[in-house]
Amino acid sequence: MRIELERRPDVSKLFSILSPFIALGLTLVFGGIMFMLLGKDPLSALYSFFIEPLTEVWSLHELAIKAAPLILIAVGLSVCYRSNNWNIGAEGQFIMGAIAGSILPVVFYEWQSPLVLPLMMLLGMMGGALFAAIPAFLKAHLNTNEILTSLMLVYVAQLFLDWLVRGAWRNPGGMNFPETRTFDATAILPEMIASGRAHWGFGFAILAAILIWFMMRYTLKGFEITVLGQSERAGRFAGFSSRKMIWFSMLLSGALAGLAGIAEVSGAIQQLRPVISPGYGFTAIIVAFLGRLNPLGIVVAGLVLALTYLGGEAVQVSLQISDKPIRVFQGLLLFFVLSCDTLIHYKIRMMWFDLTDTTADGVR
Amino acid sequence: MSAEGEPANSPLLAVGQLTKLFGTFAACDGINLDIRPGEIHALLGENGAGKSTLVKMLFGVLAPTSGEIIWQGQAVRINSPSTARKLGIGMVFQHFSLFEALTVAENIALSMNPGVSLSRIAKEASDLSHAYGLPLDPNAHVADLSVGERQRIEIVRALLQNPKLIILDEPTSVLTPQEADRLFETLNKLKAEGRSVLYISHRLEEVQRICDRATVLRHGKVTGACDPRKETPSSLARMMVGSDVAHVSAEGTSAKGAVKLEARHLSASARTPFAVSLKNICLKVHAGEVLAIAGVAGNGQGELFDALSGEYPVANDDVILIADKPVGTRGINARRLMGAGFVPEERHGHAAVSALSLSDNLVLARSQSDRRAFLGGGVLGLIRQDAVKMAAKRISEAMDVRKSGENPPAGSLSGGNLQKFIVGRELDRQPTVLIVNQPTWGVDAGAASRIRQALVDLAKSGSAVLVISQDLDEIFEVATEIAVISEGRLSDIYPASDLSREKIGLLMGGMYGKTGTAETAHAH
Repeated sequence: MRIELERRPDVSKLFSILSPFIALGLTLVFGGIMFMLLGKDPLSALYSFFIEPLTEVWSLHELAIKAAPLILIAVGLSVCYRSNNWNIGAEGQFIMGAIAGSILPVVFYEWQSPLVLPLMMLLGMMGGALFAAIPAFLKAHLNTNEILTSLMLVYVAQLFLDWLVRGAWRNPGGMNFPETRTFDATAILPEMIASGRAHWGFGFAILAAILIWFMMRYTLKGFEITVLGQSERAGRFAGFSSRKMIWFSMLLSGALAGLAGIAEVSGAIQQLRPVISPGYGFTAIIVAFLGRLNPLGIVVAGLVLALTYLGGEAVQVSLQISDKPIRVFQGLLLFFVLSCDTLIHYKIRMMWFDLTDTTADGVR
Repeated sequence: MSAEGEPANSPLLAVGQLTKLFGTFAACDGINLDIRPGEIHALLGENGAGKSTLVKMLFGVLAPTSGEIIWQGQAVRINSPSTARKLGIGMVFQHFSLFEALTVAENIALSMNPGVSLSRIAKEASDLSHAYGLPLDPNAHVADLSVGERQRIEIVRALLQNPKLIILDEPTSVLTPQEADRLFETLNKLKAEGRSVLYISHRLEEVQRICDRATVLRHGKVTGACDPRKETPSSLARMMVGSDVAHVSAEGTSAKGAVKLEARHLSASARTPFAVSLKNICLKVHAGEVLAIAGVAGNGQGELFDALSGEYPVANDDVILIADKPVGTRGINARRLMGAGFVPEERHGHAAVSALSLSDNLVLARSQSDRRAFLGGGVLGLIRQDAVKMAAKRISEAMDVRKSGENPPAGSLSGGNLQKFIVGRELDRQPTVLIVNQPTWGVDAGAASRIRQALVDLAKSGSAVLVISQDLDEIFEVATEIAVISEGRLSDIYPASDLSREKIGLLMGGMYGKTGTAETAHAH
């Protein structure tokens, strides 16, 4: 027997719109089953996972804090993915941005000035962009697979950060804990509104989403990204260079991931630690696809995925289970989003005959 | 390998009311057809008439929506190619499915049952190919073979299954006239053995020459069943198209003007192991001229187009000149700004992006040449959708592009209509040089004649037009001058009136006769 995906002659508009919601619904159903198997009441578990965090002001602030890096990174990734460049290493670019941006408050901690914060943000973007430049160079000039190189560089970044906070950058007055000195007040990203902790990182995220949305929708650059993503050959016919597009999309997404990194460190953590991200760079891949690679959709998707982080923490406390269900939830969500999208464009066809006799015989 | 004779009057294959729906669109609508043992039966029709859908159902690639297929008197359900093969139906597709890096025998082995040794397959294939006059070296790599030889592999592969019916989809579209003659001999041999052939084509002369009966399709319906030898080409064409096709008029082509496009000893090495390198190509196209470059597919046409268009610029500036200015190292948009327009062979994913709208596909080719009209906002480069849409509408009207909706995605248009848009997109700019690769490949007769007329008219208005084509009918309709490309080399340029099909056929095979003089004659 062989299972084939057959392209549907026309795509249902209604289901294209419904698809993310169906995926979300299926995730809830299977998440509920998972809680049941863990011996917990599924309804109350889902309530504390998805509803409770939305009922209090402080947790809404936490939501914004967690959504900010997801949205910033995913918006950059959407440009990459639309142009057919598969940057999987945003986690590493996030960390390198955080490290580069922390040079001022950690090494030059005595310099206190209003200029520090903008410079930190710029350095963060440069750090992320330069780290993304490695897979970009390898792909543009040596034709390597950017999925592999960008992914492997994540571990380089993680270990480099680990080495820094245990070695060169360890806080001299920190009783040997693997942490840098805490940032000076001039190096801390201020809160957006007085009611809580949410810092300007969320503002950056919204701004970035709007700018990229505008670029994709109205400008020739956005058109170039779309064309090269659809067909390199057609892009070449239009006079667009796919090599330049590798650089553009990788550097842009690297810079946004770097900005997310330094904003997170400067606004939420206020020092460097061995681990500064609960996997934002990887979760942002889900965010990008859940948001249909559309920057405005990504804002919504970022908030949904941020909720899974918060809800995960909540059920750890209220139900006494480990943090693994969050991962499962995120995985379920990505799985259902991708399969719903696939089934909108394709239908499944079972071929009930012998496989051995049908190879390479003009069945195109 | 011989098949026993069937009673001559009972059909080998009969098809009754066969229908295939895609959504609400009927690609085949109540088709009736019967094929007798030992006949060559033609299936005629324009592109999109439903020929491919019909044979895909016969070969088990597509499942019919309704209707019946009767094989040797018994109703059968053919739900896979292997079922079809077991019944005794073989198929040679228009586009080959061969692995270029493997040898002939290995490619054949891929479609056979596992467990048969490669050397046995090689021996059988070699014997069979010689018996049918299709000589083939089983140990040659496919990449080294000509298109004609590749087709032989497909035919031998089908014959190894000892079929009673062989379906050939547009087999001569990739052959030189001489190669086609050989194929016809083979087909007659198969017929003499009592096998039947279903021969799909839109070339009327061929059908009249070798086919015993013909079934004509139009818009998914049978519009005629006849003996092609008793019909005239125009009566067959009428059945295919439904009306008389406008004749392309090349009358009154103006006298030669200045040289607008020139290549001087253009050479380019192959970019991939399976591409063709260009060798010392010299050509000149004057204003008011249509230079057609004939040749069998895969002899460097695509590579020549890439070099002339600037999609892949070459190393030296002065080997390509547009309006006397060297442009060899310049990109495609720089050449467009000098007044050149380009139409590549492949519509989907090269000349157009299927998922994007027509107006977006207009920006694709003209974002720089029409920068002032289409872009605003300075460095931001905002696309002025209103201006683009208006231009797209103007082009659609000028070229009679039939589409569903105001601005549909390019992929929703039929091949002919999309090609009219793609050609119209360039004509709309009044290019001084137009380079077109396979202008009417896979396009219906009505659209083809429209496009050809437009090319002739453009030359008449004083532009230089270069047409690369495999279709000799097309070449004789539009060309004022003709050259032939073979293995990356270009022949001398001859006035169209001095060449016959036979002469072109010889040139296609690479027999220049006076290659030496060709090179000296074009040295500048």
